[in-house]
Amino acid sequence: MNFPILSSLILLPSIGALFLFFTKSTKNNNVTIKYVALFTSIVNFLLSIYLWILFDKSTSEFQFVEQRIWIQDFINYKVGVDGISILFILLTTFITPLCIISVNNSIKKRLSEFLIAVLIMESFMIGVFCSLDLVVFYLFFEAGLIPMFLIIGIWGGARRVYSAFKFFLYTLLGSVLMLVAIITIYFLNGTTDVVELYKSGIDIKYQNLLWLAFFSSFAVKTPMWPVHTWLPDAHVEAPTAGSVLLAAILLKMAGYGFIRFSLGLFPAASEIFTPLIYTLSVIAIIFTSFIALMQEDMKKLIAYSSVAHMGYVTLGIFTIQQQGIEGSIIQMISHGLVAAALFLCVGVVYDRMHSRLINTYGGIVSIIPKYSVLFMLFTLAALGLPGTSGFVGEFLILMGVFKDNFLVAVIASLGVIIGAAYMLWLYKRVVFGKLINTDLKQMIDLNRSELFILSCLAIPTLFFGFYPDPLINTIEVSISDLIDQYNFKLAGKI
Amino acid sequence: MENLQLVLPEIFLSLSIMFLLILGAFKKDSSKLIHNLSLSLLIVTATISFNETIGISETKLFNNSVIIDYFSSLMKIITLLAAFLVLTISSNYLKTFQIFKIEYPILILSSVLGMMVMISSNDLIVFYMGLELQSLALYVLATFNRDQLNSSEAGLKYFVLSALSSGLLLYGCSLIYGFTGSTNFNLIANQLNSNEYALTFGIVFILVGLAFKISAVPFHMWAPDVYEGSPTSVTLFFTMVPKIAALTVFIRFLYVPFLNLIDQWQMILIFLSIASMLFGAVAAIGQTNLKRLVAYSSIGHVGYALAGVAAGTNDGIQSSIMYITIYVLMNLGLFSCLLMLKRDNQYYEKIDDLSGLSKNHPMLSLSLLIILFSLAGIPPLAGFFAKFYVFKAVIEQSMYFLAIVGLLSTVVAAFYYLRLIKIMYFDEHKEKYDTEHGFWLKFSLTASTVLILIYFIFPSQLVEVVSRINII
Repeated sequence: MNFPILSSLILLPSIGALFLFFTKSTKNNNVTIKYVALFTSIVNFLLSIYLWILFDKSTSEFQFVEQRIWIQDFINYKVGVDGISILFILLTTFITPLCIISVNNSIKKRLSEFLIAVLIMESFMIGVFCSLDLVVFYLFFEAGLIPMFLIIGIWGGARRVYSAFKFFLYTLLGSVLMLVAIITIYFLNGTTDVVELYKSGIDIKYQNLLWLAFFSSFAVKTPMWPVHTWLPDAHVEAPTAGSVLLAAILLKMAGYGFIRFSLGLFPAASEIFTPLIYTLSVIAIIFTSFIALMQEDMKKLIAYSSVAHMGYVTLGIFTIQQQGIEGSIIQMISHGLVAAALFLCVGVVYDRMHSRLINTYGGIVSIIPKYSVLFMLFTLAALGLPGTSGFVGEFLILMGVFKDNFLVAVIASLGVIIGAAYMLWLYKRVVFGKLINTDLKQMIDLNRSELFILSCLAIPTLFFGFYPDPLINTIEVSISDLIDQYNFKLAGKI
Repeated sequence: MENLQLVLPEIFLSLSIMFLLILGAFKKDSSKLIHNLSLSLLIVTATISFNETIGISETKLFNNSVIIDYFSSLMKIITLLAAFLVLTISSNYLKTFQIFKIEYPILILSSVLGMMVMISSNDLIVFYMGLELQSLALYVLATFNRDQLNSSEAGLKYFVLSALSSGLLLYGCSLIYGFTGSTNFNLIANQLNSNEYALTFGIVFILVGLAFKISAVPFHMWAPDVYEGSPTSVTLFFTMVPKIAALTVFIRFLYVPFLNLIDQWQMILIFLSIASMLFGAVAAIGQTNLKRLVAYSSIGHVGYALAGVAAGTNDGIQSSIMYITIYVLMNLGLFSCLLMLKRDNQYYEKIDDLSGLSKNHPMLSLSLLIILFSLAGIPPLAGFFAKFYVFKAVIEQSMYFLAIVGLLSTVVAAFYYLRLIKIMYFDEHKEKYDTEHGFWLKFSLTASTVLILIYFIFPSQLVEVVSRINII
């Protein structure tokens, strides 16, 4: 197989964006523009499915590796996938077309620019998940800030400027230290190639500082308590499609980074800092769940619940148990689907009523029944009801944590209860109750494209809830190998 | 007999300046002709430098007072090309203010000649001569729009402060001469051992003078006022061309005679670098005039270039050259945008004038967006690579403090670049600007934007060009 499938995955959306760039945006050809973007992203999705079919699940080696000299004697452009990254690529290519379909109702101005930003974003995010060189990774990781800044800033809500700035500066501040760390690694080991670094390991003297530098970047991006404050603002102000991208994929870059780099490169430091991660994660779970309980804005509530869910993810990753890490990855995938769906659900009612406040609604169950059913499904998935993908992730994570630390596990389990409380209360206040606001009577139920998007998200949520085997199969070998490597390096103290 | 072929570019340029002066004096209405002739002369000079000197191994002429090597040839070519581009895009601006006169291109040529002498200097006296030649031309250029109060004020301020710094520099030169008995860089290098502490005084004075020319903090005070007051095309020249020459001299002066005193001057450079980066980032935030903002941003960028020089290695020097080259490219694009903000024969230079630009001028604002993100150092644009190489060189020397401060100030600096983008893209739009622009203006904007955008595809090329610079 010489066909550079990963590079094609990265490049294809950009080529689509370039094509859109040269098409003049007028009122008449908005439909054409949308179809071009949709076509590009669907081809990309099919390509990634093909990648998954070709993917060999029985080995933890990196596959489809492409390597080209990029800067002589310094950096190679190197991409490849293993069991961990391939799922994130699938998630990215799956969510993007749905985002593009969803712009129908929410994006009223500068459609072609918006789609260009979304497609370029897709390129960068796929790049993040398959780059096997630290510098290339950093490049993609940071480059994603540009389209997201514009998406929030141009198409966002009333306080969009504040949120866009906060998002950009927070994440940039977190990332610059990572750049220092990457360059330092280059001088310590003479390479920034991840595979080589896995083999050689990094001098234990420097691991702690390097780990902290990477942590500062990933913690902001995850986001972990106490640097999570950019997320609710960014989510609330971003347009629906932007929130979906942010919640479904952008946040996963950090979780992926923790697994790939923090665990893979700095095992000794990870061991030392596990209590820190545990503490922050537990605080995130409990604290932000309580905050979510008190929110009056639906988007903000879901944003805080994202922070809590990502708290489980970081908790699971640093258990260094097979179940814990598997659970984290499944939780990330599931959160990608469910959070995306919840933001879309908010978007649906927002497009009709132009309000995200919970108290605007109430008693809409009889007016828009289809919507209420799907909304309920995703609410239940978000609180981790058995039979939805949310349950699989949370359960595996808690199992991993129980093996490692009983007290943390008990506290984290409490978070599940609070999570159920705020999600169910949200659902109750929005959907059930007396119909007081008479304007709500004019609401129309889901149109075809909305129904299509939400069903597309509902199917995998349920499917992986009942049958998570395809996911676990894919990541199993890579994770067990990662843990073996981790323990091996820890024993040998490198 | 000296091999005069190696200084042919300088000889050619000085003869042509004299010829142009005579031509301008005797022929009426010759400003367009002289403008075009100067453009071609710059290109011819660059070609001569390229053909005659770039492949030559290090050669010293005139009692070792002039040095011709790859480094000097490369910097001369960059200077000449930058001057060429400045000259091409300034003609429309000058015509608008009715200052499209023969003196303008001639002054630019003479200041370029001064810079070429500076770049090639291997002797304190030659260096000072070149410096004064370029400065004198620059004083006049700053006041070129003499009917405007601002412009005259800028020129006067520049003259007074620059004369002061030249005085300090000269004092430093005489101290060094006094303690080593020579003005030649190589001879000074042999006399270092005995008078280390006394020599440090001389170095400090000269560094002050140079820091002034390159507008590094704390000798930057003149820059915002002069940049704001001067005609925009001259400001463009100020922000780009003299900095290339001054940086070259900075490197040559520190690394040839005083390499062994690196412990003495490295701290000074680190301070200059950190102060410039931080100050440039913080002070630009409050600005409302675009030219002032560019002044502060250029102070910040000089800080990054100096960080490379402070590293004390060949890698550091190369990264610093690369930084200044990419910076020149970005600045060119930025000013091309500025020169396009024109309506009814009036140029607009307030930040608010950018408001909603993206609505009426989508391509212009997209280019400006790319250039601003690149100036902020966001990957995958060229500006990121420039910073990346500098910090690579700095971290190689384990100067983590410098690297971290530098990177943190990029975050602060990102704020004001983002603010410009916000004004362009998020704010309500105003009246349209003219859409008719000269060919060269469009060309330089397109070329610089495209180069910045696709730099990441061919990052090795520039590295290869500078990797042949070996000073140490």
